Amino acid sequence: MSGVLVALGLLFGRLSLLAVGGTNAVVPEILRATLAHGWATRGQFVQLFAISNAAPGPNVMISTVLGAHVAGWPGALVATVAMVLPSGVLVIWAGRAWETWRETRARRLLQAALLPVTAGLITAAAWLITCQAVTGALTALIAGLCAFGSYNGRVHPLVLLGAGALAGLALL
Amino acid sequence: MSKISLSHLSRGALFLAFLEASLAGFGGVLPAARRVLVDGRKWLTQDEFNELFALCQAMPGANITNLSFLFGARARGWSGAVATVAGLLGVPVVLVVVFTGLYARYGALVPVRHALAGLGAAAAGLLLGAAGRIALPNLRRGWRDVLVVALVFALAGLVRWPMIWVMALSVPLALVLAARAVRP
Repeated sequence: MSGVLVALGLLFGRLSLLAVGGTNAVVPEILRATLAHGWATRGQFVQLFAISNAAPGPNVMISTVLGAHVAGWPGALVATVAMVLPSGVLVIWAGRAWETWRETRARRLLQAALLPVTAGLITAAAWLITCQAVTGALTALIAGLCAFGSYNGRVHPLVLLGAGALAGLALL
Repeated sequence: MSKISLSHLSRGALFLAFLEASLAGFGGVLPAARRVLVDGRKWLTQDEFNELFALCQAMPGANITNLSFLFGARARGWSGAVATVAGLLGVPVVLVVVFTGLYARYGALVPVRHALAGLGAAAAGLLLGAAGRIALPNLRRGWRDVLVVALVFALAGLVRWPMIWVMALSVPLALVLAARAVRP
C-alpha cells in the first residue's frame, strides 16, 4: 500500500510542475504512467476520466479519481495534494517577483513558446481519450456532437455529459 | 497588485468563499470564483482578478487551484492558502471518492457500462472541443507554431513518449522558434 502511495505522490508531484496550461496537458502522461504501473486498463482509464469530468470540481479531480481507484481514501488524498501543492507553492513564490518579471522579454518568450506546446499536449490527450472512447457509430456521434457543442461554448458541459450518458444507457 | 489589502479576511471567511465557488462552479469553477471574489464579496476588482489569473496561467499546474493558493496566501499566509484550497477541493474530493467507490462496486453492471460508455464519449468530445479552442488559434499563427503543435502531438499522442522527453525536445525548439517571433 505505501509503495503505491509513494508512486502516486511522485507521479502527480512531478506532473504538477509539468502541467503547462493546466491539468489536461498532462493527461497523456497520466495515462502512460497508469498503464505502466498496471493501475487500470485503457478502458477503465477513460471511464475514470469521464467520472472526473462529471463530478464537481476542477480538472485536477482526475488525480483524485485515479488515486481513489488505486488506493481508496489515502490514494485520493495523496494524489490530490501532490497534484496541487508543488505548483501552488511555486506560484506563491513567483507572485513576489511577478511585478518586475511580467514585462520582461524572457517571460513573454517563455509564454509564446509554451502556448503551442500546451496545444499539442491537449490535442494528444483528446486523441488518446477519443481513440479509446469511440467504439462504434453511437459513441462516435456522441463524441462529435459534444466536441462541436463544447468548441462553440454555447452548451453547458454538464448538459453534454448528461445527454451522452443517457444516450449510452438508452441506445447501446 | 500590491494595492490589494486582504489581511482583514479570516481563515473561515476564505474557506467559505472558496467553498461557495466550488459548489456554484459545477462544470466551470473559474467563472464561479470570479463571481464570488469580484461580484459577490468585492474582495478584488476585475483588474486585480485578471492580474492574479495572468500569473496563475503563466505558471504550471491547475489555474484555479493556483489562484486559490495565491489568494489565500496573500490574505493570511500559508494557513490562508490551506483554507482556500480546502474550501475549493474539500467537497469535490469527498464526492469523487464516493463516485469512484460506486464505480468499483457497480461499474461492471450492463446498464452502468452503457451509461459510462456514453459518458466517456461525451468527455472525449469535451476534450476535443477544448483542444480545438486552444490549438486552432495556434495553427493560424504561422508555420513555427504548426510545427511545434504537430511535433508535440506526434510525440505525446502517437509515439507516446514519456512527457519529460517530449518536453526536453519540444521546449528548447519552441523557445528558439519563438525567439524569432517575439520582439525584444
